[in-house]
Amino acid sequence: MSDHAHSHGTMGRLMVGFGLAAFLTIIPFALVMLEVDLPRNTLVGIIMGLGAVQIIVHLVYFLHINSSVEEGWTMAATVFSVVILGIVLAGSLWVMHNMNENMMPMHEMSPNMEMPGSSHGHEGHTPVDDPAATPAEPGTQG
Amino acid sequence: MTMLDTPLTGRIEGPAGPAHTADHAHASPTPIGFWIYLMSDCIIFGCLFATYAVLGYGYAGGPAPHDLFEPGFVAWETALLLFSSITFGIAMLRAEAHDLKGTTLWLIVTGLLGLGFIAMEIYEFNHLIHIGAGPDRSAFLSSFFVLVGTHGLHVTGGLIWLVTLTIQLNWKGLTSANMQRLSTLSMFWHFLDLVWIGVFSFVYLVRLV
Repeated sequence: MSDHAHSHGTMGRLMVGFGLAAFLTIIPFALVMLEVDLPRNTLVGIIMGLGAVQIIVHLVYFLHINSSVEEGWTMAATVFSVVILGIVLAGSLWVMHNMNENMMPMHEMSPNMEMPGSSHGHEGHTPVDDPAATPAEPGTQG
Repeated sequence: MTMLDTPLTGRIEGPAGPAHTADHAHASPTPIGFWIYLMSDCIIFGCLFATYAVLGYGYAGGPAPHDLFEPGFVAWETALLLFSSITFGIAMLRAEAHDLKGTTLWLIVTGLLGLGFIAMEIYEFNHLIHIGAGPDRSAFLSSFFVLVGTHGLHVTGGLIWLVTLTIQLNWKGLTSANMQRLSTLSMFWHFLDLVWIGVFSFVYLVRLV
């Protein structure tokens, strides 16, 4: 039984997978290369959505994943890693987004990033001046 | 049919003859084991994708994706990898039809397509470093080089495996052990194409709209 689940499909199945994958690859490239006039968020959504669909096409037609391979353990491992991926990706973006929202906006002071106090005209290059300059800093900001 | 477990006597004949069919009756642990490796690899790539997602806008006053990425170039890389996935699929089907010549031919085609992909990637990396957009330029470029470079290293590893397996196939034939190896490499190769979908969508195209 499990021997048959191991079979690598047929030429027809391979070509169906190839057709779908090619189609799902050409659309996002066409959208970018032909500079289609759509809102940026819509384009990003389409590209990411088609990428996700194509990953499923590859899993089904090329990697032959279904719920019966290895009595379902292949599927279980796949679902588990997708959950981990979701946590890692969404979690990283969420945490870093929150941090960027709540911390001082670094990009506004990027020309002189090396010394937080130096933007107010103090001679921030000498470290000796720093203890005097920094306590005043939080008070002026907020 | 009793199980004769005599590692020392060596010569097992007669009743224990079907020792070869034993590994057909019991499913080999290799496919599920290798799949779990691939899934852990998938999580490594997931972490690198997350790194790129977080650091990908840190240009440090350096070049941005619009200045560096050429969608046409990436389209060719994508085509090479997708075609190599298909030719590997055909090689796999030829192997199941016990056609060693056909298998070898399609594996060589797969290898050449993979080599073309790696050559394009090396050209791209070399070009970027040459124009001062190397991995040391900004957080964006560091995360780009690590993610795409890790994928490229995997493809390189796959190519080495493909060459050695093609030699093995022609040396020992399409034995059941070699079929196992072939289907394991097939999983690896298709998996790398799958990761590349994430790379061309998320690393290149999304940043060019």
